Amino acid sequence: MQHDDAIWDLIGNDNFCSYKVKTKTQQFCRNEYNVTGLCDRSSCPLANSQYATVREEKGLCYLYVKVIERAAFPAHMWEKVKLDRNYAKALEQIDENLIYWPRFIQHKCKQRLTKITQYLIRIRKLTLKRQRKLVPLSRKVERREKRREEKALIAAQLENAIEKELLDRLKQGTYGDIYNFPIHAFDKAMEKQEEETESEEEEDEEEESGTREFVAEDEFEESDLSDFEDMNNLKGSSDEEEDDEEESGEEEESEEELEEEKTKAKSKGKAPLKGPIRKKRAYVEIEYEQETEPAQKSKAI
Amino acid sequence: KFKYCRSSSIAWGKTKKVKRKVKPDEAPVQEMDQAEGEETEKKSVSGPCFPPTFSVSEIKNKQRRHAMFLKLKEEKRKQKLELKKKKKKERKALGDQAPPKEVPKTIENQRIYDETTVNPEDEEVAFDEGTDEFSAYFSRLTNPKVLITTSDRPRGRTVRFCEQLATVIPHAHVYYRRGLALKRVIPQCVSRGFTYVMVINEDRKVPNGLVLCHLPDGPTAHFKVSNVRLRKEMKRRGKDPTEHVPEVILNNFSTRLGHSIGRLFAALFPHDPQFVGRQVATFHNQRDFIFFRFHRYIFKNEKKVGIQELGPRFTLKLRSLQKGTFDSKFGEYEWVHKRHEMDSSRRKFHL
Repeated sequence: MQHDDAIWDLIGNDNFCSYKVKTKTQQFCRNEYNVTGLCDRSSCPLANSQYATVREEKGLCYLYVKVIERAAFPAHMWEKVKLDRNYAKALEQIDENLIYWPRFIQHKCKQRLTKITQYLIRIRKLTLKRQRKLVPLSRKVERREKRREEKALIAAQLENAIEKELLDRLKQGTYGDIYNFPIHAFDKAMEKQEEETESEEEEDEEEESGTREFVAEDEFEESDLSDFEDMNNLKGSSDEEEDDEEESGEEEESEEELEEEKTKAKSKGKAPLKGPIRKKRAYVEIEYEQETEPAQKSKAI
Repeated sequence: KFKYCRSSSIAWGKTKKVKRKVKPDEAPVQEMDQAEGEETEKKSVSGPCFPPTFSVSEIKNKQRRHAMFLKLKEEKRKQKLELKKKKKKERKALGDQAPPKEVPKTIENQRIYDETTVNPEDEEVAFDEGTDEFSAYFSRLTNPKVLITTSDRPRGRTVRFCEQLATVIPHAHVYYRRGLALKRVIPQCVSRGFTYVMVINEDRKVPNGLVLCHLPDGPTAHFKVSNVRLRKEMKRRGKDPTEHVPEVILNNFSTRLGHSIGRLFAALFPHDPQFVGRQVATFHNQRDFIFFRFHRYIFKNEKKVGIQELGPRFTLKLRSLQKGTFDSKFGEYEWVHKRHEMDSSRRKFHL
C-alpha cells in the first residue's frame, strides 16, 4: 500500500539502513520508536505505516501510535498517550488504544511496558540502598605511590627503629623492675652511690652486729669472688637493703641454675629474668667501695 | 673504539673523540688546549677540539650522539673518582684535623620544613591536645572499645584480616556488615559504648581502604591500605598474639596533623600495656606512609633486644581527616589529600 513493502525492499534484509546494527547472528534496529529492538519486517517503524510503541520519559510511560492517515504530516505523525502509573491500568489503556490492531503490535507493546516498569522499580530500590561510589584510579599515580612506598619502607628501617625505641624505653625505666639487667642497675646505683657514700658507710657500721657471715674455703678462686661481689654490690646498691646481703650468697646459686635453665628453655619471660651474672666488669669505683666495707661476703660452701 | 674515525679529521671538529665538558665554566679551554696538544703529537682518543657552545644533544646522528654521551659519562665518572681519591688522600694526610665527613643527602634530610611541625614545648599544642576529642581518653576517663567491620559482601581475605586485627587490638569486636549505612551504625555504636569504628573497605577481593572513626563525635580518618600481609604469609613469625595488652610505638609523627593522627592511633589501645605479654604494636610514619607492625620482643641483655614479628602488617596512607563522625557529603574536612597541590614536590611531606 503506502510504500511499506517498497521501503522494506530498500532497507530490509541485506540492504543498508542507517539504524541497522549487524552482528554475526542478528540484526538490531537503533530506531527509538522500535518496539522490539530487532530489525524485522514487522518491527521496523519505517516500513510499517501503522505502528505503536511504549517509551519511558522521566519515570512515566507513554504510548506512541503512528497511523497512516498522518503519514503526510511528519511533525504530528506520532500520537503520544500518557499511560497510567498503575501497571494493570496501563495494560488496559494499551488494550483500549490499540483495539483492533494486529496482535503482534499489541503484544509487543505490553511486553515492552512490562520491561520498563520492572526496571523502573529496580531503579527506585537501588536508590534507596547505599550506592557504591566508584573512584577511578590513575594507573600512573598508583605505580608512583607503590614505588614511593617501597622506598619509604627501605628508608624506614623498621626493625632498627623498633629495637632502638624498646631499648630507650628500657633505659628510661618504663618497664620498672621486670628486667634486672646489671648495667642499668649499676649506672643508676653508681649515681646514687656517689651521692650517698657516707650515709651508706654509716649504715654498714650500724648493722654489723646482726649480720651473718660466710667464710670461704682456701681453694676458693678470686675470679668467682669478684663476680659474686659484683652481684652483692648490685643487690646492695639497687635495693639499698643490707639485709639481703647475707642471703645473696645462697640466692646466687639458685639464680645461676635458674638462669641456665631459662637461657636454654627460652621462657616467655612471665617470671622476671635476672640478667647475666657471668660478666666481669672493671668498675674501679666499686672496688674502692668494697675496700671500705668491713666484711667480705663470700660464697657459701 | 671508533677506529675509522681516528683517521678522519673533519674541519669543524672531531666529534667522536671530543671530550665533552658539561659546564662551560669548568675551564674547557685548558682541556682543549691540552687535548689539542696531545692530538698533534699522537692520534689518541682524547682529542677534543670543539667550540665552547657545543652540546651533545645537537648531534643529529643517533649513534654518534649516543657514543658522545657515553664518553661524557665516562669522563664524569673519572672526574668523580679522582675527586674522591684526592679527598681521601687529603683526609689521610690531615689525620685528626680533617674536616668531618659530609653527611649524604637523603630525602629526610632535604625535607621541606613544615610550618606545622610540633615543638615539644609548645603550649598552644599542649592546650589543644588537652581539650580535643581525645582528651577523654588521655585523661583516662574512657577505655577503648573498637568495632571492626567491612564494606558490603567482604571476601575471605578481608574477613581474615578483620579477624587478625581483632586479635591485635584488645577489646575489638568484628561485626558483619549487612548492607547497613554507616550513618545509622554510628549512633547505635555510641549507645553501646564503643569508642571506635573501623571500616575496612574492599576492592577486588583485597582490602584497600580504612575508615577510622572515633566515636563520641570524634574525627574520622580515611586511609588507603596497601601491602596487607596476613599472619600465615609472614616469614619466620611467632605464635599467635596473646590476650595481653600490647605496647604502642608511634614514630615520626611530627606535624600537627601527624600528632592528631598519632593520637588517633594511640587511643585505639588501652592505657596500661601489660609488659608481661611483651608485645608491641608499631605505627611508623615515613614519608607520609604509616607502616603498622606487630612484634613480640625479648630483651637478651641491656643492649640487645630481639623482635619477632607476629600479627598482620599493612601500610596506611592518609587520604582525609574529617572533623566529626563519618559524613562524606556534609562533613567538615580538616585535611584532604589533593594530589596536584600536595604531590608536586618530592621533598614535602605532611604527616
